[in-house]
Amino acid sequence: MTILLFLVPIALMLGLTGLAAFVWSLRAGQYEDLDGAASRVLFDDDVDAQQR
Amino acid sequence: MLMDVDLSGFVREGDDGARRIDFAIDGMTCAACIPEIENALKKIPGVAQARVNYSNSRLALGWKNDELDPAVAVEKLRVMGYVAHPFELAEAESRDAEQARYLMRCLAVAGFAAMNVMLLSVSVWAGNISDITPETRDMFHWVSALIALPAAAFAGRPFFTSALGALRRRSLNMDVPISLGITLALGMSVVETARHAPAAYFDSALMLIFFLLCGRYLEQAMRQRTRAVAGNVAALRSPLATRIAADGALVQTPTARIEAGDLVLVRPGERAPVDGRVVSGASEVDESIVTGETAHRRIGVGDEIYAGVMNFSGALQVRARAAGAGGFLDEIERLLEGAASARSRYVGIAERASKIYAPVVHLTALATAAGWLLLGASVHDAVVTAIAVLIITCPCALALAVPAVHVVTSGALFRSGVLLNGGHAVERLAEVDTIVFDKTGTLTLPEPRVANADEFPADLVEIAARLARSSRHPLARALAQQSPAGAPYDDAREEAGAGVAATVEDVEARVGSAAFCGVDPGDIAASGASTICFRHGAAVAVFEVHQALRPDAVDVLSTLRAQGYSVEIISGDSQAATEAVAKRLGIADWRGGARPSDKVARLETLKAQGRKTLMVGDGFNDAPALAAAYVSLSPVTAADVAQAAADAVFLGDRLAPVRRALEVSRLARKLMRENLTIAVVYNAIAVPLAIAGHVTPLIAAIAMSGSSLIVTLNALRAGRDAVIERADAADRDVRDLRGPTVSDERSGSRSRAAA
Repeated sequence: MTILLFLVPIALMLGLTGLAAFVWSLRAGQYEDLDGAASRVLFDDDVDAQQR
Repeated sequence: MLMDVDLSGFVREGDDGARRIDFAIDGMTCAACIPEIENALKKIPGVAQARVNYSNSRLALGWKNDELDPAVAVEKLRVMGYVAHPFELAEAESRDAEQARYLMRCLAVAGFAAMNVMLLSVSVWAGNISDITPETRDMFHWVSALIALPAAAFAGRPFFTSALGALRRRSLNMDVPISLGITLALGMSVVETARHAPAAYFDSALMLIFFLLCGRYLEQAMRQRTRAVAGNVAALRSPLATRIAADGALVQTPTARIEAGDLVLVRPGERAPVDGRVVSGASEVDESIVTGETAHRRIGVGDEIYAGVMNFSGALQVRARAAGAGGFLDEIERLLEGAASARSRYVGIAERASKIYAPVVHLTALATAAGWLLLGASVHDAVVTAIAVLIITCPCALALAVPAVHVVTSGALFRSGVLLNGGHAVERLAEVDTIVFDKTGTLTLPEPRVANADEFPADLVEIAARLARSSRHPLARALAQQSPAGAPYDDAREEAGAGVAATVEDVEARVGSAAFCGVDPGDIAASGASTICFRHGAAVAVFEVHQALRPDAVDVLSTLRAQGYSVEIISGDSQAATEAVAKRLGIADWRGGARPSDKVARLETLKAQGRKTLMVGDGFNDAPALAAAYVSLSPVTAADVAQAAADAVFLGDRLAPVRRALEVSRLARKLMRENLTIAVVYNAIAVPLAIAGHVTPLIAAIAMSGSSLIVTLNALRAGRDAVIERADAADRDVRDLRGPTVSDERSGSRSRAAA
């Protein structure tokens, strides 16, 4: 069962990474405009910029 | 006339010269508006940042130092067909947003911890019935403690602070048993782990926090969404006022920035932006939003004028005055003070439940410990059993029962165009048995309409409406409503105080006063209504303009009566005008010519008879009655004071939201009662088990999450049949105010494409 000594900390670290990523995205304001974000992905203004 | 616009009061300065201003945008109908607005603004030299928030129809504009005059951006947007209103984030709204982020952080931590601890707990439960070694189990428990203790200390703060606050005030709220349950569950688990016991409650404590935070967060998010829309509506409603600067220049200033003593110009067709005294000019004004009276009043130099009053015929210069310095205003304020205190005594169903619940639970736990000791159990076993009772009764389902319904209900109301102002409004709406309506602006539309358009040929009315579009006169604007999409004529010219003329199909067309159109005044029927005349060649029309009922008023009122509500009208307008409306709506119980104090007195009488009264009103004069009623609603066009005094505001030209609010509230009350019953039944089953000492952590986890889920799912039924009340085309202007979150045409094409 010594494998648990590795697996439990690894599982916890993975979980904490996810938590940190979520808190970061919250701080960065990524949840401020959910409706807008859903539509923005469809705009192709970046494509225009490359073609120009 | 070109005028300066003064937006400086709304600009916020950041570090190193960064400036920022926020606008509420009217006219965003679909997502394609986002790049259109952002790209157009970014082309303006000096703009550093232009970011649209589509969820709440707002725009943040950033620039450096003095490189940009934000008025340029407003003008650019106006040309594109959007109306941008400068916007100051209300303190309440930013506080709400901060609180929502705080709860979300707590929720994230609780979710992370609950998942990981549950992983370890499931291993222990599985191991306990198979071959886990005590050493491995202890290690799992210690790892759980390592996760659970800091996580609970962080994520449980909303409950701990609230519980401490309640205890300091020497009262009990739902957070007291919650905090006690969490603390005891964690404490006992640590002690049991140290004693190498086979069971610990770390997972139960964290799951409890997680579920309860979900409820808290959703409640906060709903409140925030409502407040954002209400904030936009407030910004869109408060137009720019024309201030006359000391040097005589006209400056467009946001109404909120007008100070007492400023001189303001009110042109015909405009609403007075502030309370004040007329210093020059004479006019007729429509004071229906103040007094409910529809007859126009002549005013001149020295007369009082109130904010919201519509100026009809002449330009007025008004000296703004600090609020509450006049006779009528003072009366309203005095009445408001008296009325507002009664409302705050209402105790919500959730508070009542928690007042009974907390002592009962704590006494039960105490009795359990005492009972086991008397039966000869060890102190350790007795205390562990008592704590198990506290954990299992920790009011997870009960604490979710009412808030979950609140969240779903206010969401359903939001979608049907009702914005809740304060808490408990839903519970009070459900108890209503009497409805008192104001007449002007509530049963009738806030703006007058042409009453006899169908007496004339359609093409004639079309020409008249398009011609009328070129005038700002209120009667002309009512006529222009007859052709909402009609473009004005290019060569239309307005003669001040007379009318508008243009050449249509090679013949001159005129709209305006009888003399201007060459109509014999004798032809105008003396019906008492305001009239506007039209001539196109030989064709002549006399349009009658008066207050029209809301399109569904007759329907809604007969439905309400059929549902058993007792309905009455009480209006500040004349007896005759009130009687006419009451007759058309088939209401026998009406009072006209009522002063604000009469309205309050009537509500007091109804209250003394044991009635629960819903007051629906919009006027300045209704504000005290709105505050005095058991619960109150007002339309979005209402005077600010009235809106502040009302429990909820409804949007649109229709009365249907009033009926809808009552229906949804009744359903909500039914669901709240069901939920409380479910919570009681859960306790009735779980508590005896806990007292008998049969509750293991596994049973606690299943029972607590199960009851919470059942209660939440039951609450969702409140929103299931929420139908978006479809508004007709005439409703569009107001509907735009709601913003895209509630508009049902977001995916549709731009209706403004022609512009």
